[in-house]
Amino acid sequence: MSVPDDLRYSKEHEWVRVDGDIATVGITHFAQEQLGDVVFVELPGQGSAVKQFASLGVVESVKAASDVYAPISGEITERNMKVIEKPELVNQEPYGNGWLVKVRVADKGEVGKLLSPADYRAHIGETAPSGA
Amino acid sequence: MTAVETLRRTPLYAEHVALGARMVPFAGWEMPLQYPTGIVAEHRAVRGQAGVFDLSHMGEVYVRGARALDAVDRLVSSDVAGLRVGQARYGLLCNERGTIVDDVIVYRVEPETVLICVNASNREKDVAHMRAHLDRGVGLDDVSLETALIAVQGPRAAAILASLAAPVAGGSLESVAPFGVVGANVAGERAWVARTGYTGEDGFEIFVAWDRASRPWTRLLAVGRDRGLAPIGLGARDTLRLEARLSLYGNEIDETTGPIEAGLGWTCKLDKEFIGRDAIAAAKERGPSRRVVGLVVDGGVARHGLAVVKDGREVGVVTSGTFGPTVGKNVALAYVPVALSKIGTEVAVRIREREVPARVVKTPFYSRKEKVGAE
Repeated sequence: MSVPDDLRYSKEHEWVRVDGDIATVGITHFAQEQLGDVVFVELPGQGSAVKQFASLGVVESVKAASDVYAPISGEITERNMKVIEKPELVNQEPYGNGWLVKVRVADKGEVGKLLSPADYRAHIGETAPSGA
Repeated sequence: MTAVETLRRTPLYAEHVALGARMVPFAGWEMPLQYPTGIVAEHRAVRGQAGVFDLSHMGEVYVRGARALDAVDRLVSSDVAGLRVGQARYGLLCNERGTIVDDVIVYRVEPETVLICVNASNREKDVAHMRAHLDRGVGLDDVSLETALIAVQGPRAAAILASLAAPVAGGSLESVAPFGVVGANVAGERAWVARTGYTGEDGFEIFVAWDRASRPWTRLLAVGRDRGLAPIGLGARDTLRLEARLSLYGNEIDETTGPIEAGLGWTCKLDKEFIGRDAIAAAKERGPSRRVVGLVVDGGVARHGLAVVKDGREVGVVTSGTFGPTVGKNVALAYVPVALSKIGTEVAVRIREREVPARVVKTPFYSRKEKVGAE
């Protein structure tokens, strides 16, 4: 599934999964496909503050560097050391082991500013799965 | 005023689209950047098995006549006059200032016929430069838009190509020496087949008529697929050439750089006359102030144009950089002052306002173990 139904999305192709007051953030399947082979990931350290839609880090593919934006504001509680060591996880499992950071959410109301799976599908020009 | 750039398409455009390539503009052409498996997989296919490239955007020029060889010898830095029929050589077109107009391969395909392969981005400039400097009576024929170029590269390239191609004069393509060139039939099409390339691997480049390119291409893919041959886009072409420390025009070399500082002094035969010779000889005598070096960068990917820093001061510039899939490191080429060009020198590259540690290393970053045939 290239746009899972249990996530929220930004127009800049990040996804977020909110669980209690912790949000897990990554980039979408579409984003990793556009980037191509990811070879380097730069992420803020634990305790850093991030602001919704402001720069969160950088994902570099063989060809280019791309900014990653925070889909939600808060404090970084964890960065995924596995993707720093093995950046290809971003390509292989963008919604799984390829997640980037966990954020202690400052304002859950911000989720309302993100795209639903249906809206994100429309945003990337993907047709909804049949029966949806 | 709106300038709408119309991109040219190679005769293999439809093949790339059918293979699912991501097409991008490059030097006025619509070219495959990568196919669905991606740059790293393509890179590994060429290092491990074989890859096939559409390079039909490159320029090809014929110079013909009894004086062709000597005429080209005066245009190109390397020893063209000494080429035997069926031999090719890498060299530079330079201007009188001793800086680089283009890098080319010169093929003596027939006794009085010289084929010059030039960069797509420089074709018009090169043709004007060559015309301006060729003697009257020496004809130059730009056949770029009627000549397709297909490269097959990798340890299995020779076996794959030999299964559907053979020299017109008989024998096998596998016995063609490195930098040799022969007339051959490739999947039934007449072509010049040269043992040259831009990947650091053994391989061949096939010059074939524009409207006859699709059979060699499709046959190569069909015959090669079960031996691991993959179509390769410009993305992997760049990572392959960079690991092998092959210069790219517009990156390591251009009209502001000379052969000596670029590490291409070996292509300059200074005991003959050619355009730029005196300036290059003087530059060699003086010694360069800067030099292209290889860098391994720890903690980021250095890209073209980024600053090289030493003790907080900008001292140089990155000309090319990427993740090298075979060497498994972030590698780069950069101009640095000669004093900082020694192997092992620690410098930094400024990536996104941060100084990322880098170390001068020996190049090429990658060289293949088994050499093919001796000349």
